[in-house]
Amino acid sequence: MSFLEIKDLHVTAGDREILKGVSFSMEEGETCILFGPNGSGKSTLLASIMGYGQMKITAGHIIFKDQDITHKTVDERARLGIGMMMQRPPNVTGVKLGDLVKVTAANGHGKTGQETEFKMEDFLDRDVNVGFSGGEIKRSELLQLAAQAPDFVMLDEPESGVDLENIGLIGRKVHELIYGDTHCGADKHKRVSALVITHTGQILDYIGADKAYILIDGQIRCTGRPADLLKDIKENGYGDCKSCQTIVKIQ
Amino acid sequence: MSDDRQDSVKQALGKAAAFGPDIDMNKFAEGERKPEQIEKLQDTPDDLAKRMENVGVTADDSHRDGTILFIDNGMSHCSNRAQDGLIIMDTKQALQKFEWARQYNWKALDPTKDKYTAKTYLEDSDGYFLYIKPGYHLKYPVQTCMMLGKHQGIQNLHNIIVVDHDASMEIITGCTTVHGANEALHVGVSEMYIGDNASLSFSMIHSWNDHTAVRPRTNVMIGKNARYVNNYVVLDPVGTVQSFPTAFLNGEGASCSFNTMCIAHENSDIDTGGCAMLNARGTNAEILSRNITYGGKMVARGRLVGNAPGIKAHLECRSIVQKDGGVTEAIPELEAHFADVEMTHEAAVGKIAQDQIEYLMSRGLTQDNAVSMIVRGFLVGGIKGLPQSLRTEIDKAVDKANLGS
Repeated sequence: MSFLEIKDLHVTAGDREILKGVSFSMEEGETCILFGPNGSGKSTLLASIMGYGQMKITAGHIIFKDQDITHKTVDERARLGIGMMMQRPPNVTGVKLGDLVKVTAANGHGKTGQETEFKMEDFLDRDVNVGFSGGEIKRSELLQLAAQAPDFVMLDEPESGVDLENIGLIGRKVHELIYGDTHCGADKHKRVSALVITHTGQILDYIGADKAYILIDGQIRCTGRPADLLKDIKENGYGDCKSCQTIVKIQ
Repeated sequence: MSDDRQDSVKQALGKAAAFGPDIDMNKFAEGERKPEQIEKLQDTPDDLAKRMENVGVTADDSHRDGTILFIDNGMSHCSNRAQDGLIIMDTKQALQKFEWARQYNWKALDPTKDKYTAKTYLEDSDGYFLYIKPGYHLKYPVQTCMMLGKHQGIQNLHNIIVVDHDASMEIITGCTTVHGANEALHVGVSEMYIGDNASLSFSMIHSWNDHTAVRPRTNVMIGKNARYVNNYVVLDPVGTVQSFPTAFLNGEGASCSFNTMCIAHENSDIDTGGCAMLNARGTNAEILSRNITYGGKMVARGRLVGNAPGIKAHLECRSIVQKDGGVTEAIPELEAHFADVEMTHEAAVGKIAQDQIEYLMSRGLTQDNAVSMIVRGFLVGGIKGLPQSLRTEIDKAVDKANLGS
């Protein structure tokens, strides 16, 4: 049994079917990249795995660590070890980032007191995400994930909206999230599994990826080595994928 | 007092208030004028001390500059730790002792306003008197606690607060019921006078019983460059509260803010808010209210009147509806008499956004904990200058109410 298995997942949001039978699986410690044009359903897939309510699963299953979590609540999934970095998380007026980090650490396996490393020490008394810039949102999300320390992390465009000065810090923190705070590779503890959405591939300068999928029109149409697929997309766009009728089915 | 006034006030005994359900005062007997005396605050009986703590009034007064307790219509305790600069005593004694104090007696508020003020006037009611001398700044807050101790009793209070020019003070006032008094009526008339360049922060926490009726009447006169902050918190079930404190910004550059935080539980009827009369050039006012209904009735009012040029005022009512069955109303009013004014309002009524709840849940919080955290943040968030002590009380009350379940 795989670490994460998505079986023929159909998801609607509003009245529209967004995912039309997605199947794939991930092993423990594996990092997978999800490519695909805007509107193809990548964020919907991540939100469905996290269990967000606006995504309605009409068919299929999500199996995580041998448990069917298709109908589990968001917090149950979080406590099973799933974490997520949203591309555009909501503003939570009145809730201080410092307080959220504290309760996150209390419910998770990570620790508090890391804000300086994330350049977030001046944000702990601020309302979560309210008035944060693109880079600040990413650093805030990563600080929260460091407090949560999930076994499986989903990153929705971790580099989007981040300026060149911040990309290094964010890349390093994403690396630490997945590989641990290792120096010279001495600390070979369990690697965190990751599912990462990227348009530019910029994040691949900081993390290694084992596999990549291309999602088109709510279906996985292609799989391969991340570097190969990225090169192909950069050169040819998604045109070939759209006309390609192959639907990847992984048993 | 002249016979003429006496007569017109007597007539006002039949005058229903502008807002809120009318209360038949004949159902209530007058409260005790000579309650049990508590010499040392530390010796406050446990049952009372517990109720006091609930509303931010502590029996350990090492961080309070003065304390005054009323049970029904009589003073039960009075202590002054500040000594210098602070006069703290009951109103009747102050009016008797100091001729100068009489200039503040029923000058900010007309006793014929409604039946509750009329009753308070005609009963020659006692209350607390607080005075800060010019230039004095108290280090710690002064605390006052008004307890209803008699079932089917009426508490009539007449409070006078004077912050003389260039002085400042913070008051925490807690109002609650003790001795199982449930169906009772609390009427508190408060006149406040803030001198030039002075400031007063007045935080009121209410914790009643589910049949208690509450009718505070507050007017605040504010001098040049003076500042008034009014925080009003009611988080526990109550029968009916109707309160509409009014600040008169009479001196140039004066400012005020009203912050209201309420939870309307099932069967609670809460009608509250604030009014600011911007009577002088360059004055500014802010009225914020954050309310949550759990099947009760919640009316959030705000009224800003621009009577001078160069004024700035903002009004914001936000309500979360957590349960069907109640009513939530936001009633903002703006009235301007000059062109050069900047007056704005915002009002919003709705449920907690699901994406916010799920976002916190994705960090491992249960739905209840996520809702609690958002509710706590909603009540106090966006309100600047809330005293830490009050924040702590609000946190405790929200946890106690076990919101979200």
